[in-house]
Amino acid sequence: MRKWILAAMPLMMGVLSVGAQVKKPATKPAAAKQAGGGAAQIAKGKVLYKQYCMTCHQENGTGVPRMNPPLVKTEYVLGDKKRLIGILLNGLNEDVEINGDYFTNPMPSQAALKDQEIADILSYVRNSFGNKASTVSVGEVTAVRATIK
Amino acid sequence: MLMQKTKVCLIVAMAMTAITSSVFAGGPDKPGANNVKPDANNAGLKLPAGFGALKVADSLGRTRHITVTNNGGIYIKLDRAKNNNGILYLQDTNGDGKIDKKTGFGGYGGTGIYVKGDYLYATSNEDIYRYKLDAQQQVIDPEHPELVVTGLINRRQHESKSIVLDDNGNIYVNIGAYSNSCQTQDRTAGSMGMQPCPILDSAAGIWQFKANKLNQTYGDGVRYATGLRNVVGLDWNKSQNQLFVMQHGRDQLHDLFPSLYTEKQSADLPAECMYALKQGSDCGWPYIYYDQNQHKKMLAPEYGGDGKKTGGDNAEDPVVAFPGHMAPNGLLFYTGTQFPERYRNGAFVAFHGSWNRSPENQAGFFVVFVPFKDGKPSGKWEVFADGFAGPGPVKSPGDAAHRPCGLAQGPDGSLYVTDDVKGTVYRIVYKTK
Repeated sequence: MRKWILAAMPLMMGVLSVGAQVKKPATKPAAAKQAGGGAAQIAKGKVLYKQYCMTCHQENGTGVPRMNPPLVKTEYVLGDKKRLIGILLNGLNEDVEINGDYFTNPMPSQAALKDQEIADILSYVRNSFGNKASTVSVGEVTAVRATIK
Repeated sequence: MLMQKTKVCLIVAMAMTAITSSVFAGGPDKPGANNVKPDANNAGLKLPAGFGALKVADSLGRTRHITVTNNGGIYIKLDRAKNNNGILYLQDTNGDGKIDKKTGFGGYGGTGIYVKGDYLYATSNEDIYRYKLDAQQQVIDPEHPELVVTGLINRRQHESKSIVLDDNGNIYVNIGAYSNSCQTQDRTAGSMGMQPCPILDSAAGIWQFKANKLNQTYGDGVRYATGLRNVVGLDWNKSQNQLFVMQHGRDQLHDLFPSLYTEKQSADLPAECMYALKQGSDCGWPYIYYDQNQHKKMLAPEYGGDGKKTGGDNAEDPVVAFPGHMAPNGLLFYTGTQFPERYRNGAFVAFHGSWNRSPENQAGFFVVFVPFKDGKPSGKWEVFADGFAGPGPVKSPGDAAHRPCGLAQGPDGSLYVTDDVKGTVYRIVYKTK
């Protein structure tokens, strides 16, 4: 673990801690490999988040009371990745309840984004705003997209 | 004189029962008088010289609209019912301005609430209910309201129903558009507008119903005004005998049409508009929006606009155009005599505060005043009460400590403001006569 961080240090720059957090849940070799590219992926995701998500979910991921749900430590973000990917691909137009608060604005489908872009955005979201969870791979997005086409 | 006599009789009658007389102690002052003391820090608000404020209640839940009875009783609608109470009735029984008695009823969430004549009217996001009031304007049977209007569209977006009544037995209710700008795919970049916009048939307007007829629905009402994306603040202007509304303008010009609008333009446009309505008014949504800098009605990008093309020749012009996205949730024409003369018949507007001005700081979170003369603005709008959100700049609406929502005038001319973050109720008074 420590060795890996040292090796990756030059690449990781300011997102070192985030990268380390991503690494933790990685147990399988395949996942570890994926996490190795995590920091760069998360950095790309941040740029895309600002472009496509920030207006509604806000720069700090806290959303808008009554309207747009927060992305901070919610089951929607940290739980089942397939559901999360599905929300981006399909959009969501139903009452969302988080900790007793309800959010009513519809989320438009982001299916026009590439699978890699969706993976990057979700990797950023799952490792920002106090969230710590595994990154999302392009393959995971492709797999979900295949089920809805 | 007759009024005075009636009042004396009423006082005598009320003194018969200990409870009602104690309620009355906090009741109506003579016009111009104000007996309550502002909080030492004016409840954290910044106000013009001579004004003070106190928190009359706190931590009530998501308090939306508010109405105050002739004897100072306060009814408030909660966005979501709390302990099965969606309506709160608050009383100040000792006259110090602070609420010391609270009851609740109406197990549904919503926004609209209004007292008119012998009834309290309240809304869920689909229905309008009414409750008969007794001589003290207290609800007689909280468990059995009458259903006045039912089945209004609620598709979550812009779902709240605000209400006001005129003096001729009519009730006006907003039905918000379940869309941002009537795109084929809502809030999706580049998606063009539906032509004609099918939402306008059943939403995006103000509907008029009879206040004393039960179980009405769309077929019984009149689409009084159309082309209004979403209205939360509205009031009946008694000096003009006319309905005035505040529209929440469309969102996301830059997000949806990045080649036509910069982030900065999108943060400021379009205007949040006040409209004076008459039956048949069309305010132009979704085809146009109002640009408060060019003072023009602009064709919406979903309908071929580019930020330069104008449109909507037949659409109403706004009475006042405020900067974008500040979310006007309360409107009140002031008829009291407690505040100085210049406030009489002018408009107070409670701005809930924006969420889509990022990456700039959010704006709003204050109550403004617009002076009026002969039914028209007689000067520029000015910030009247500020400081609700707290000391610092608001990056995200979640940072705001309080967000103004509803407005009401008390019988002594005090101005009440609700906050739907912490459920604080403010009362603004004029200190020095």
